[in-house]
Amino acid sequence: MTMHPQTTPHQPPLHKVIVLGATSGIALQVEHLLAARGCELLLVARSPERLAALQSDLLLRGAKQVLICPADLSQIAYHARVFDFARRSFPGYDTLLLAYGSMQDQKDSESSIDLLLDELNVNFVSACAILSLFAADFEQRQSGCIAAITSVAGDRGRRSNYVYGSAKGALSLFLQGLRSRLHPAGVKVITIKPGPVQTPMTDHLPNVARFAEPDLVARDIVHALERRSPDVLYTPKIWRYIMTAVEHIPETVFKRLSF
Amino acid sequence: MTGQSAAHLKRKPEALRATDKYVSWGRYPAVVHRHVYKPAWNDQIPSIIEESPTASLLPYGLGRSYGDSCLNADRSLIDCRRLNRFLGFDESTGILRCESGVTFADIIDLFLPRGWFLPVTPGTQFVTVGGAIANDVHGKNHHCAGTFGAHVQQLGLYRSNEGLLTCGPNQNAGLFHATIGGLGLTGVIAWADIQLRRVNGPWIDAELVPFHSLSAFLDLSNQSDGRFEYTVAWLDCFAGRNPRGIFFRGNHSAESGKIFRPKRGPELPFALPAWLLNRYTVKAFNTTYYRAHAARKGSSLVGYDAFFYPLDSVRQWNLLYGKQGFLQYQCVLPQASLAAFEELLDRIARSGLGSFLGVLKQFGDAPPVGMLSFPRPGLTLALDFAMRGQRTFELLRSLDEVVLESGGALYPAKDARMSPALFDSSFPRWQDFVPYIDPKMSSSFWRRVTEAK
Repeated sequence: MTMHPQTTPHQPPLHKVIVLGATSGIALQVEHLLAARGCELLLVARSPERLAALQSDLLLRGAKQVLICPADLSQIAYHARVFDFARRSFPGYDTLLLAYGSMQDQKDSESSIDLLLDELNVNFVSACAILSLFAADFEQRQSGCIAAITSVAGDRGRRSNYVYGSAKGALSLFLQGLRSRLHPAGVKVITIKPGPVQTPMTDHLPNVARFAEPDLVARDIVHALERRSPDVLYTPKIWRYIMTAVEHIPETVFKRLSF
Repeated sequence: MTGQSAAHLKRKPEALRATDKYVSWGRYPAVVHRHVYKPAWNDQIPSIIEESPTASLLPYGLGRSYGDSCLNADRSLIDCRRLNRFLGFDESTGILRCESGVTFADIIDLFLPRGWFLPVTPGTQFVTVGGAIANDVHGKNHHCAGTFGAHVQQLGLYRSNEGLLTCGPNQNAGLFHATIGGLGLTGVIAWADIQLRRVNGPWIDAELVPFHSLSAFLDLSNQSDGRFEYTVAWLDCFAGRNPRGIFFRGNHSAESGKIFRPKRGPELPFALPAWLLNRYTVKAFNTTYYRAHAARKGSSLVGYDAFFYPLDSVRQWNLLYGKQGFLQYQCVLPQASLAAFEELLDRIARSGLGSFLGVLKQFGDAPPVGMLSFPRPGLTLALDFAMRGQRTFELLRSLDEVVLESGGALYPAKDARMSPALFDSSFPRWQDFVPYIDPKMSSSFWRRVTEAK
């Protein structure tokens, strides 16, 4: 048997990655792993100071190149600038990871329509907007991978967290449609649904000590990005089974549950 | 990015609140914290300090201090583990700048492959840079390299009144020397510049020498200190004043080609029943340990992990001691007081409460860098004692008498019970340290040994 090491068409690339929401808890761990693989990274997040610290950190951890682009992605007006920067300064990117989100106290969004709309905008509307910009580019280039972090909370609306949940659930639906649209072009779309993870976003929740460690979740995510599969990733894996069970609880019972 | 849902799907007992995870390595004392802040970025620290009342905060790293110096009962902790960024490295000088939550394991993983190693390391790689500075930790190379603090070039410190200050030997020098070994009480370390040292690879030329008496140990130690960068001894303290032991010595090897695979051991999943460790099982363990190592006497090439961090291969080994935890006793006695040292070993042997982790090392005479640094010329002995309530406390009190009388000292990082009098005689300069304490900082240890409220 002869070996042809130069022809490995089944090994999809994961070299040049854009991370939207690069300073979020899960994104940080994903970036550690990508840096250790020697990836090139373009990081987008609000704070220039945090991005600068992250840039030096990831370069020392092995990233081949780290570009930073400070922007508040909840403001759709900035999206075009981010997109242009990526195309001009980071051409040939092969992977986009959307990792930003917000989880306000549900009670606040119940009493304030402004907060409710903010929450839907950050987690759903703005995400759709920026994903659409990049989707067109990936589609034209007929390659690459778009991944976005949604949540198991989006699989069923619950009393205590349905605002965040509905936004994430809607984003999951959006990604489902996008996946179908981009399939003919050979562009992969991965929906990442983590269970509860120990990150700054969940610090205020009870029982946080039992949540998954972000580095384990990040390992699953990087593995999926590398393989360009599965279409929908539950992490830790057990959440696929838990959510299957939860989705099968009849609504008449479910509406009485207080969680 | 997760829903609350997940959190509530499984019913969780009240006992598992997040702050319950904040214990010290000895798991004694068990305390409750009012709040634990978990900043992910240095820029969050000033607001945490600002919103907190006087004497209410303490930085926390990986919780490898054994007693209560990393605890702040009924007050708050700042968990610094997410502050783990490398901020810069100068390949020409070997100076690394990093945040306080970076761990020694992180530094080794990243810099050993490039030919750099820690200038000083304690017996575990699972400590943070902030914790190593706050306890001014020492290692097997104390006789050559001094403490970790001696290799900190400068550091950034958040203070409640002054904001972020840069401290070094030539800038805010008083605060610098107070922060090294300052038990986290002088403020929150934002970053530190650490001088790494060049090595050829992960290998140590190590040598094991069995010995059968204290004087034999001293001879070995004196002969070895000039020729070996690293020296330490394991001691079977059941034997009284003529203890047997194994002397470990080594140097970084010139070997660089051989493939190195880090060892990954098991993890103890839960606290073992306390009765499992009794004088018979520990004696049996010590005999087995001694024989196994005596049989391997001589030179060999070993990985840095096996040489420096043998206990790290069993993660959570502290759970061996059961739910009640254990106390570690680490003292240093001046060189001249060998009789006192023998008295110490006698008292331990008579008590029958011996431990399987007796560690003996002769410190060098490098001047201390920190105002509260523990290492000083003399012999240091570290022992673990399973927590058995009154009996354990009485033995340790009787050891305190010997230490106090000989002019020795106890190590705050290992302590959960020393008296204010012993602290005072161990650290005669502590009153000079007090003005450098940040008004927002305090700890269980500090309140105990200074009898502050």
